[in-house]
Amino acid sequence: MLSKLFSFNGGVKPDPNKSLSTREPIARLALPPQLVIPLHQHIGGTPRPLVHVGDKVLRGQRIGAADGNVSSAVHAPTSGHVVAIEPRPMPHASGLSSPAVVIEPDGLDAAIEREPFDWHAAAPGEIRDFLRDAGVVGLGGAVFPSHLKLNPGKSGHTDTLVINGAECEPFITCDDMLMRAEPENILRGALIMQRMLAAKQVLVALEDNKPEAAAALKAAAQSLGHASLEVVVVPTRYPAGGAKQLIRVLTGIEVPHGSRSTDYGVQCFNVATALAVWRALEHGEPLTRRIVTVTGNVERPRNFDVAIGTPISHLFAAAGLKPDTDKLIMGGPMMGIPLPNIDAPVVKATNCLLASSPALFAPPEPELPCIRCGECARACPADLQPFELYWHSRARNFGRAQEYKLFDCIECGCCAYVCPSHIPLVDYYRYAKSEIWARERDKDAADSARERFEFRNWRADREKEEKAAKLAARNAAKPAVKPTDGSAPAADVAPSAGDDPMKALIEAAMARARAQKEAVAAKNTDALTPAQQAQIDAAEERRKRASELSGSNAPAE
Amino acid sequence: MITALIVMAGLALVLGATLGAASVLFRTQGDPLVDKIDAILPQTQCGQCGYPGCKPYATAIAGGEADINQCPPGGDEGVRKLADLLGREYKPLNAEHGIEKPKSVAVIDEATCIGCTLCIQACPVDAIVGAAKQMHTIVADLCTGCELCVPPCPADCIDMVPVAETVENWKWRYPVFELKVQPATLPAKEAA
Repeated sequence: MLSKLFSFNGGVKPDPNKSLSTREPIARLALPPQLVIPLHQHIGGTPRPLVHVGDKVLRGQRIGAADGNVSSAVHAPTSGHVVAIEPRPMPHASGLSSPAVVIEPDGLDAAIEREPFDWHAAAPGEIRDFLRDAGVVGLGGAVFPSHLKLNPGKSGHTDTLVINGAECEPFITCDDMLMRAEPENILRGALIMQRMLAAKQVLVALEDNKPEAAAALKAAAQSLGHASLEVVVVPTRYPAGGAKQLIRVLTGIEVPHGSRSTDYGVQCFNVATALAVWRALEHGEPLTRRIVTVTGNVERPRNFDVAIGTPISHLFAAAGLKPDTDKLIMGGPMMGIPLPNIDAPVVKATNCLLASSPALFAPPEPELPCIRCGECARACPADLQPFELYWHSRARNFGRAQEYKLFDCIECGCCAYVCPSHIPLVDYYRYAKSEIWARERDKDAADSARERFEFRNWRADREKEEKAAKLAARNAAKPAVKPTDGSAPAADVAPSAGDDPMKALIEAAMARARAQKEAVAAKNTDALTPAQQAQIDAAEERRKRASELSGSNAPAE
Repeated sequence: MITALIVMAGLALVLGATLGAASVLFRTQGDPLVDKIDAILPQTQCGQCGYPGCKPYATAIAGGEADINQCPPGGDEGVRKLADLLGREYKPLNAEHGIEKPKSVAVIDEATCIGCTLCIQACPVDAIVGAAKQMHTIVADLCTGCELCVPPCPADCIDMVPVAETVENWKWRYPVFELKVQPATLPAKEAA
């Protein structure tokens, strides 16, 4: 049993606003007329489409195959027809498009025949491949392929498996409602993960503002009766649900810069991911649905169980979007990203859809100069110096920003939340991060271009050498160049072969060509009938006249 | 007196031997400054600087023959980095060598291509695939946008297309606070 909880530095306590969407149970949302399933929904390679336009697909059929091991598959959430495979707007801050499979459901919802998979007997490697092909990715927000994390690594075992149900961000309740609805299955999924990771203990952690979910999980844990499994209630403080923060609260381990929690024997998964693992292995169900909280400025905020690929507008229509909505956010108010397009689909990363109105979230106040109060540093849960990061990002001094460990920033938004000057700090960090990534991409491209350029030059030199060597060898074998028919010009150049073999060869080749031309040229004019000869003469006469008329000194031939 | 001479001579021998060994052991291949300059250059190999590739230009800069503002693909940022590295004064790009353009890649109009292989021979990074009398195509990921393939094409079927923004390469914008224009209120009218 855990005897003691630890604490992380910083953090804030924003108004949770969670009760808005927990009054109603999870509702299964009817299928929309069209599903848009993006191929790239996770970290890693873009899956290759496996279907063609016009194909009939069944529920659970793989429509995108994982591209390499750092990737995950994509599946059809219902049966229907593929009507298009084309770029469609994504639920991304840019509003840009990315390749997607568009499926028109046929209403039958016929499932594909499942291949039986006995995970009890399978080797961990086989289970990982199965999970990759079932499209199981982290559902807490980072959408990292789960099969990669379910590897105990070199040591062969893990001390602690953390199942994260903290859900610290305001407004979001999808994990809370899931823990209330399916506590046993979440724990069963956690036990599968424990077996794969050879973990000594499993800690299912959630914040103390979710008493119903905690009670449900505790009852489920008792009925399963595993001594190594424990439900831990942690104090509510944003961002207690951040993986590194939660690990610190539970184990006291502070994962340092540049290393991973697995180096310290701790691995962390979201509760919904645990459930997805259980469903995939026990029922052979790939990840095609998820719970999405629709809340904020809507008439009926609640959680929906939706097919991945459902347009976001469909969810807002079901929840009743209020007319004074001025902004849509995917995620919560602290870390969410603005959604420029309401027709973008729900993806595996979509945990919450938040409608914002001027009454709910006051418009941002003008940014004032930093007064160096240090509030941001006190609030930072990653123990960074947010003001330093801000100055360097603002000055586009990216190298310095990286020295202050910009990439350890989890973009939780605590610093911007407490800033008395209303500086949108996280916007600056996001800007700096994407600029640094772009520079790294350019650097990689330049390095590969240099390599290819140098290889090309080396190849050109090698070819030149090879040609010279070949020529020398041929000259050595054939001292005098013999013309094909012994005509005079070729015989003339033959003696010069000694001083410049290349020149001699060219001359010889030209002589051969001339001889050949002479031999071939007049063949079709050998036996002409008088009529043909007359025609030729007439044509020659016309040609001559034409050249005289044009006044140009046309060549004689 | 003799002891002092022996000591000094011995010291000289030992130090000389150490220096000699060090010069053999720690010999640097090529000029490290050239590599540092080359690392800043964008490796488009376009020749706009007047040198046949980025490495020769880097060598020329290191040798003091070329100026630091002759690389349009490297842009203003490239000039600044070179100025920083070499401790020279920043100067704007020399317009004689071209202007800074957004990154583009060459695209062959495959219907017009006659398969002459001239572009393949011109490409400095082997980014064009094709064979004589067969259609050619450009591997977009490898293309540096140097434009060297455009002039040799007899069918004029190569276009430079700016690289489109995708979800993968999209960048967060620099935060700017939007000033909103508020309708002017006329206190006199309201009062009336």
